[in-house]
Amino acid sequence: MAAIFQGVGAAAALSSSPSNSFDSKKFVSSPCRSFSVRKGASFAVVRSDGRVNLNPKGGRAQQLISNAVATKSDSAAAFSSSKPGHELLLFEALQEGLEEEMERDPRVCVMGEDVGHYGGSYKVTKGLAKKFGDLRVLDTPIAENSFTGMGIGAAMTGLRPVVEGMNMGFLLLAFNQISNNCGMLHYTSGGQFTIPIVIRGPGGVGRQLGAEHSQRLESYFQSIPGIQMVACSTPYNAKGLMKAAIRSENPVIFFEHVLLYNLKERIPDEDYICNLEEAEMVRPGEHVTILTYSRMRYHVMQAAKTLVNKGYDPEVIDIRSLKPFDLYTIGNSVKKTHRVLIVEECMRTGGIGASLIAAITENFNDYLDAPIMCLSSQDVPTPYAGTLEEVTVVQPAQIVTAVEQLCQ
Amino acid sequence: MNSASCAAKISTQPFSLNPSSPTSHDNPLVSPKPTSLFLGSTRKLRLSSSSKLNLRRRSGTVFAVSDVVKQKKSKSTPSLLITKEEGLELYEDMILGRAFEDMCAQMYYRGKMFGFVHLYNGQEAVSTGFIKLLKQQDSVVSTYRDHVHALSKGVPARAVMSELFGKTTGCCRGQGGSMHMFSREHNLLGGFAFIGEGIPVATGAAFTSKYKREALKEADCDHVTLAFFGDGTCNNGQFFECLNMAALWKLPIVFVVENNLWAIGMSHLRATSDPQIYKKGPAFGMPGIHVDGMDVLKVREVAKEAIGRARRGEGPTLVECETYRFRGHSLADPDELRDPAEKAHYAARDPITALKKYLIENSLASEADLKAIDKKIDEVVEDAVEFADESPIPSRSQLLENVFADPKGFGIGPDGRYRCEDPKFTEGTAHV
Repeated sequence: MAAIFQGVGAAAALSSSPSNSFDSKKFVSSPCRSFSVRKGASFAVVRSDGRVNLNPKGGRAQQLISNAVATKSDSAAAFSSSKPGHELLLFEALQEGLEEEMERDPRVCVMGEDVGHYGGSYKVTKGLAKKFGDLRVLDTPIAENSFTGMGIGAAMTGLRPVVEGMNMGFLLLAFNQISNNCGMLHYTSGGQFTIPIVIRGPGGVGRQLGAEHSQRLESYFQSIPGIQMVACSTPYNAKGLMKAAIRSENPVIFFEHVLLYNLKERIPDEDYICNLEEAEMVRPGEHVTILTYSRMRYHVMQAAKTLVNKGYDPEVIDIRSLKPFDLYTIGNSVKKTHRVLIVEECMRTGGIGASLIAAITENFNDYLDAPIMCLSSQDVPTPYAGTLEEVTVVQPAQIVTAVEQLCQ
Repeated sequence: MNSASCAAKISTQPFSLNPSSPTSHDNPLVSPKPTSLFLGSTRKLRLSSSSKLNLRRRSGTVFAVSDVVKQKKSKSTPSLLITKEEGLELYEDMILGRAFEDMCAQMYYRGKMFGFVHLYNGQEAVSTGFIKLLKQQDSVVSTYRDHVHALSKGVPARAVMSELFGKTTGCCRGQGGSMHMFSREHNLLGGFAFIGEGIPVATGAAFTSKYKREALKEADCDHVTLAFFGDGTCNNGQFFECLNMAALWKLPIVFVVENNLWAIGMSHLRATSDPQIYKKGPAFGMPGIHVDGMDVLKVREVAKEAIGRARRGEGPTLVECETYRFRGHSLADPDELRDPAEKAHYAARDPITALKKYLIENSLASEADLKAIDKKIDEVVEDAVEFADESPIPSRSQLLENVFADPKGFGIGPDGRYRCEDPKFTEGTAHV
């Protein structure tokens, strides 16, 4: 079935009947959705379902299979543009995104510990201070609550700051500002002040970093009204989401993962953004929907290899947008496969998975053939010992077992 | 060091700062000063020394206005600090603050406003003394005791009263309430319920001013930010963190401490190891000044210097205003802990009475002029109440507005459309 590519400006009515086939999904082109489309240029559009369209040919999505921590991506090019694109690591993609936005808009500035002269503890802001100066790339003292608040005050008065938490866990110290001011001030001011701030940093379980440096704050922040949360997982979506987050008028909390900074991928040369509210179709399938985000995407894809060999056909979706959930992509998948497995890195209690289960049950309960399974990290402070740490997070073998159980 | 000798002379606190003796046992009325008799003083403030100091080291001058500055003995008649217009402007602003707050109390007990309402009676000199020197583009950040800061900054009384009544015509559409007064037009950046959390926001606004001047090359951008907060806040981490950052980057900000000696029921002396807050300025490399906050003219003189400093790019200043709130912490506070003698002492130093006396004694205004202002303000406040009463209450559909600046943040629903595209969206529930 040919896929129909609707560009911006084409009016397309969304069919109200649920599409039971992935390929015939149509997109509504409304002003609300921002495609990465620039009129007149020849380039590729990678849509959120992972498909690529340059010509309106039909096509199955490229299969992106990568290892847990990929150093060399064996994925086919994520697009088939006439331009070659360039290869880089995830942290470089973030840096590129930041740099391009800082060039594009002089109000964009960075604040955080060691972002300037040191270049960022994970090198995401490397070279930026030299290029843009010490005021636009501000090295702050160690005072998370206050410099996050400072970023919020700057955002209210016209700037577009990007606040870095050296480790996401440090942002616990800024919880006051993030919850009270970042999330609330647009509302309590009756809409008078906008807070176009991006709060970013690496989180997640690393390699024996100890309990306090291995925290997953997405579950703590998810209830805060007025913020959006996204988690990047590939160089492509890292750059795209970073740019979208900076351009967004809403406050966005941008989750990176300590172990994903060295992923390599070839990304387009052109300007592109990834939609903040959309999920990403990583691997379409028929038997089971696996919802995941951030690093667990790679554990899932590794498990997917095994599952394919065993004859299963999992559909893998990287939800990317942790708040709000893209219930369209997720819903379409549930309606197709009728089985859901959630694989996440945050704790089971009060985590993203817990919210996702609730959302899916509320909206798509009739389509489920089995209870939703959720694999999360253990509810323990991450131990230092490597063997224990390994068991704290979900491993591919567990995912395989879960799918087998689910598909009985 | 000159600052030490000045510091030693600061005994103008009416209460002993010896933490071992609670105020109720002292005789608070035996205070060593007629020097803090405020109005009519020609004392000029010498802040120039601070600009010569190398602010990288521990520096900054510490002194009290009321006794460092020497009276000009040569003049027989002291030159006046204000003109008639200025005097009337100050008087009107303070009367507006007082009348408005009194009306708030009335309205609260009549069930027109609810929740936590914190009144500013008695502290008007600080708000008027500082904010009347600002331009519209300068920013003010306040705390929950923010009604009068809003009024001084120019937010119409109608808008503030409506906000307190929770009506759509309020300055924040009824969504903020007493503790969250905001005005984009007048650059009032809030209204914060937790103490201390406004100070970083103020620091951010000052940062923007510096950024505009230096990174965006708007050479004439000299906007100043004032951060108001109380004595209790001065023991909070955000206070110190922001003093550090403001001094480090020489941000155009003035930190104004409204030291009314009480944080709800906690006496400042019981909570603070060194109760002299202004001394904390030099520890971070900025001048620390103590001023009599019941004297609007003294406050204004100090404010002029501090705001001038900030405008010239010389960096922040910490100003401690010794003031007092005549009412309880909030309308829910029975205010039983404070010594009646203490209250009487400060009631005798009512800033409005004092200014009135000054204006009349110096022939800047007549009784009739001032009465006319009193009447005018009464009408303004009555009108504000009427306006608020007649304004509509927010409809259900307002609930989900303003949660996000870009309502796409509510996400994509199961039907593939953004939830915000649904015309009935705002009547629904916000769950993502």
